[in-house]
Amino acid sequence: MTHYDTSTIAGLVDGKLEWPQLKAMMSNFKDPDRFDKYIAVLQERVPWDDQILLPLGPHLFIVRKTDGSIVTKSRSGYEFGDYRQNWKLKARIRVRDTEASLQELYPAMMHCTPGWMELREYIDPLDGTLLEVEAVPPGYPIIHSFQPDLETFYREWLGREL
Amino acid sequence: MTTITDNPAGVGIGWGGRSLRSMLEESERLFAETGRYYGIERLTLKEEDPIRYEKLFSRLRGGMVNARETALNISASPIVREIGELCFALYTPEGDSITLSTGIMVHVHTMSDAIKWMIRNDYEENPGIEDGDIFCNNDAFIGDVHNADVQDILPIFWEGELIGWAAGVTHVIDVGAPLPSGMPMGPIHRYEDGFMLSAQKVGSKNRLHRDYVLRCQTAVRLPFYWMLDQQTRIAGCQMIKEAVHRVIREEGIETYKRFIREVIEDGRRSFIQRVKELTIPGKYSVPSFMDVTFGGEVGRLPPEAAKDTLMHAPLSVEIGPKGEFKVSFEGASKWGYHSFNAPPSAMQGGLWVLLSQTLVPNDKVNDGAYFAIQNNLPYGSWANPDNKFCSVSIAWVYLIPGYSGIFRALSMAYVGRGYLEEVIAGYPGTWNMTQGGGPNHYGQQGGWTNFEMSSCGTSARYVMDGEDTCAAMWNPEGDMGDVEAWEILEPLLYLGRRIRPNSFGPGKFRGGSGFESIRMVYNTPSQVLYNLGEGNVFLGTGLFGGYPAFAGYRQSIKHTDMARRIAHQLPYPISDEDPENSQMIAHVEGVLERDKRTIHLPDPHSEYDLYLSVLRGGNGLGDVLERDPAAVVRDLNEGYLLPRFAASTYGVVAFQNAAGEWELDVEATEERRSAMRRERIEQSIPVEEWIAQQRTRVVQKDFIAPVRQMYQESMSLSPTWAAHFRSFWGLDDNWSL
Repeated sequence: MTHYDTSTIAGLVDGKLEWPQLKAMMSNFKDPDRFDKYIAVLQERVPWDDQILLPLGPHLFIVRKTDGSIVTKSRSGYEFGDYRQNWKLKARIRVRDTEASLQELYPAMMHCTPGWMELREYIDPLDGTLLEVEAVPPGYPIIHSFQPDLETFYREWLGREL
Repeated sequence: MTTITDNPAGVGIGWGGRSLRSMLEESERLFAETGRYYGIERLTLKEEDPIRYEKLFSRLRGGMVNARETALNISASPIVREIGELCFALYTPEGDSITLSTGIMVHVHTMSDAIKWMIRNDYEENPGIEDGDIFCNNDAFIGDVHNADVQDILPIFWEGELIGWAAGVTHVIDVGAPLPSGMPMGPIHRYEDGFMLSAQKVGSKNRLHRDYVLRCQTAVRLPFYWMLDQQTRIAGCQMIKEAVHRVIREEGIETYKRFIREVIEDGRRSFIQRVKELTIPGKYSVPSFMDVTFGGEVGRLPPEAAKDTLMHAPLSVEIGPKGEFKVSFEGASKWGYHSFNAPPSAMQGGLWVLLSQTLVPNDKVNDGAYFAIQNNLPYGSWANPDNKFCSVSIAWVYLIPGYSGIFRALSMAYVGRGYLEEVIAGYPGTWNMTQGGGPNHYGQQGGWTNFEMSSCGTSARYVMDGEDTCAAMWNPEGDMGDVEAWEILEPLLYLGRRIRPNSFGPGKFRGGSGFESIRMVYNTPSQVLYNLGEGNVFLGTGLFGGYPAFAGYRQSIKHTDMARRIAHQLPYPISDEDPENSQMIAHVEGVLERDKRTIHLPDPHSEYDLYLSVLRGGNGLGDVLERDPAAVVRDLNEGYLLPRFAASTYGVVAFQNAAGEWELDVEATEERRSAMRRERIEQSIPVEEWIAQQRTRVVQKDFIAPVRQMYQESMSLSPTWAAHFRSFWGLDDNWSL
């Protein structure tokens, strides 16, 4: 059975592992206790005490608050509401749908054509972190990228109560 | 319940005198009843003698790899020899894959479909299936991606009984379509796709039929390549037959029969186990889009085809409590009058090759994974056309964008579980695809497809940049091929091939870089060229704040003064680098043609005309303002990043020292990044406010024609997606476009 110590997992989270070690982790059997060590590492790195139940990305987490409610929360501390709702609906948005705004990122000719597609930037209201970018045609409903079945994951896959 | 219609004992060529059809029907009945391959409950061989079981698998697997590595040397095509666009696999009598070689693994399941098609159509009775027979298929509605991928399928017999099939596939140079190349753009019906072999018996007693060989001499351009590719496939299959016979001689036929059943069920269970081990149950939504710019072909294509269109691939992945893995394109747009439709076999194959690169890269890779997956390919959509006469000659154009969300979906799951080493921000389109044809430099009519596209950049990982110029989603062993090898095949010289600045998606970790090739038509009076790639849209997007890699364009300079420059040894273009300061334009006189019509009909070029091909890089991951400023400066110094984007994209302020090297201004960078964060908040609005603004646009149907048509098609084909659209924008049930 494969196991890594917590410092290795911390190195992975922080991007400190060298490529040979990273590659070995890819090729090896997976370590079944990764989740708990990973959560412990992340919990140390956020500036708040709410319990992380599931990471959604480098800056987003599903957490349990002290009142028992489960919400999506960013590293900055901003709360996006019930975890079953699309967190993007409570974010701020900036849309790149002009040549000038797209050419801050791409040379002319090398970006999408306004009218065909736009870049939607979902921004953390507290610290301005860019959390997600959608590339969609105008009028496309905001994407709910991930709707985890948190109860099944905890009860049936991890074998513990949520 | 399926009724088994068995032949009398002793009549069929299957096990115990049964027909293949009855064996296939029994397999399907048992799977439907039990959910397990062939109803197998216990993996007795594996449980009782695991070492022997593993050795058996390794020997068969080794036989496949050996067949591929040896047989590819027979081919003369750089697509096969240089790039490795071939694959071999072993199948059960019913057509389920047991094991496979490396290479274009997409075809492991497409060839399974072709075998099952032959069985369902009673080939056993007519034309008959005998030891030494050779069947050839390149019909995607039977089992393939498109007709450029040609398959040979050989039955394997043991003591008079059919015990399996050996199959091999190569990507050919030309398919004999009205327009040259392996994947011509322009066909809008099947009748224009070229030479089509619908699981045809082309050989007996281990020899190709003479009538077939003679037909090939005039059916395709450059039949020399076609025939050597065929010999490659047949030789590989013969090696597989010998490998299987060796195993049976040493292990016994009954062990072999038990093994091939168990190993597929083992593959199915392994897949489910991996799903539960690595992912999170729930629903993942990862749509993508692809533009077709045939609006510029009015007069060259009929009205139903000569228009700009937008493909919608609303990919979702649903993972259930027991590890169920459901992949759905509910809401996909309609098939169309172009060459990019993808039959179900192509879609199954595309999914298969992707999952073998991320979720199941290191276990019993076979059709067990297919049995563990549920697919929803809406009938009438581009992913399952209800018109079997539509063109599929280059189905990859929709298939590649269509599945681009798979890696992103799984990566969200990997982030949840902490398996960060597996995370990758999707994949780019494997193009620009350069194709062409016409009189070649040997004085023959030629057609060609340049496969340097199999070395695009990979997308960023969770903790590092993507890799440069190395990968294609459809061939995990990407290789761009030597310039000289392509120049043997194509009447175009390479003037330059180098890293293309800004060809990756920005992010905390950027995508791997793509590259550019400058080509010059040479030693031929004329040549038509095709460009291919997305132009008006981004293919997919990045992850966690990362941006997508660039969208393409096409660029040629015609009627150049290159002949004079060569004669007088004057400077000529060896790079392009930046559309806003093109080195290609700066170093040659001629007529510039540059636009976003990245998909078009054959474009005539003459000798000394120049053509630019920009190969894609990968998508980015994470917030650009978190990218290590030193990495940005390194990208400047190594030519990966155009200087003006260091500040505008990354907020990095750098200056050039006396030696011309870029250096970081730490303080100015910190100030600029702080300012950019403030700007983000100032320039953005709450999403709920934005939705209210945008709703007006939706209500007014204020969209360009391709976008409006895409919504119309998705809503008419899928009431579910229509309800989702109306619900999001607060529209009544009768609202439509």
